Amino acid sequence: MDAVISNFDEYLKAFGLTIGLFVVSGIASLVLGTILAVLRVGPVSILNKAAALYVTLFRNTPLLMIFVFIFIAMPVLGYNFKVVENIEIAGYNVSAFFFRACLALTLYTSAFVCEAMRSGVNAVPLGQAEAGRAIGLTFAQSMTLVILPQAARAVIPPMTSVMIALAKNTSVAAAFGLAEATATMRAFTNNNADQRIGIFLAFAIGYIIVVEVISLSSYLVERKVRVAR
Amino acid sequence: MRFIRTKAVIATVGLALSLAACGDAGDDGGETTDVEVQENAGDEFDDGTAMKEFADSGEITIGVKYDQPGIGFKGATDDMPVGFDPEIGKILAASLGIAPEDITWKETISDNREPFLQEGEVDLVIASYSITDERRQVVGQAGPYYVTGQQLLVKSDSDIESLDDVKGTEVCSVTGSTSLENIKAEGAKPRGFDTYSECVDQVLSGTVDAMTTDGAILLGYAAENPDELKVVVDPFSEERYGVGYSLDKPEMCQWIVDTLTEAEDNGDWDTAFEATLGQSGVDTPEPPAMDECPAA
Repeated sequence: MDAVISNFDEYLKAFGLTIGLFVVSGIASLVLGTILAVLRVGPVSILNKAAALYVTLFRNTPLLMIFVFIFIAMPVLGYNFKVVENIEIAGYNVSAFFFRACLALTLYTSAFVCEAMRSGVNAVPLGQAEAGRAIGLTFAQSMTLVILPQAARAVIPPMTSVMIALAKNTSVAAAFGLAEATATMRAFTNNNADQRIGIFLAFAIGYIIVVEVISLSSYLVERKVRVAR
Repeated sequence: MRFIRTKAVIATVGLALSLAACGDAGDDGGETTDVEVQENAGDEFDDGTAMKEFADSGEITIGVKYDQPGIGFKGATDDMPVGFDPEIGKILAASLGIAPEDITWKETISDNREPFLQEGEVDLVIASYSITDERRQVVGQAGPYYVTGQQLLVKSDSDIESLDDVKGTEVCSVTGSTSLENIKAEGAKPRGFDTYSECVDQVLSGTVDAMTTDGAILLGYAAENPDELKVVVDPFSEERYGVGYSLDKPEMCQWIVDTLTEAEDNGDWDTAFEATLGQSGVDTPEPPAMDECPAA
């Protein structure tokens, strides 16, 4: 434990990167996943099939394989995403490594987000969509104004599980050049072989806190948007 | 029809697997040195010592690395690991009357070397195991049997020529390794990967600027790609490789030191080096002097 306490800034930085990966790829996969879900329930048959193919492809591929593809195969093929390093956000340059990790996590997680979202859409009674159509709403309008707001309520618990899984999946990036919590834990144990258990506990607690924050905030949101029946 | 399809699927999977097996066959040639196996070795050790037990049972389990060419490497199709560390293991086993083919090899990675020794999963760890004070708190480390230092592996056309040039560049090594911490201290952005071979790929594809670890390992990779890769910078750290043993068996230290000192004197050490690390073209160095064993 001493190793962690005397290097507490390193510990915080490591979890900062873990949270950074989680937040960026979490938002990106919520957006992409919702778009995919809309395509899957939408009226255009070719888009239905495209979205279904996406889900089949990425949900059935182990996350590690996606990482290997993006980090090892793509640079060999000439796609190394170095261009993102020219973009500056609030004085910080995004590293290509961070971008690639977020890309891998987003591609994988959005397939799960899509399916969770679809279950929410299916939970909305069909009459709602029909009523929307009856008053002359287009598909896009009835989706954004009627269906998705109701679906969002129903999907909070399964979406929380997807997000918690994402938070823990960021640890895969440890083996792909990102010094996030798991990578830093390995560095700590390597330097302090005598404090292995203490270091492990400190990092396990860190992950528990991150996950607890996610599940507590989902609980709060759930209470806030609950419909009185 | 159904049958044909099933057969086709099986054939495809089989083909894919056999191709995968081909892809991994990164064999180093597999030269080994001949060691002279001691006969009736059990008589030489006192009753109740760990060495006596090994000699009597004729069995010993040694943990080595499987992914470091020259140091400890085992391809997917190889029966036995090859490299300088396994050679040292054979020398030690021979003094117990155990032939090389009777040694049980086990892969140890950097992360599990201490737990494996503490739990008795392996009897010895010879796995590019740098001697440090922290490690000596929890396990025994006899040696050093080899001293190396950290260097950089870069592309042939790289601008990196001295240690000052790494500031702000991205440098790859194995996640959590000492090398990665050292290069971070030099101002480089550390990029940890799971294995050294993945790092080499990153250097070759240009996603990182350099790779760093002990010079011996880098020379092995540079020798595989002499047109594209080169090793630069004088060694900027000192790694003293030791043989790990369990603190429950402190008597092993003196035996390891005596056996290896003898091997250094009679030329077995040189032979082992030339057959493994020496293949990359480096001169055989002077064998290092061993540390005193702690008083039991």
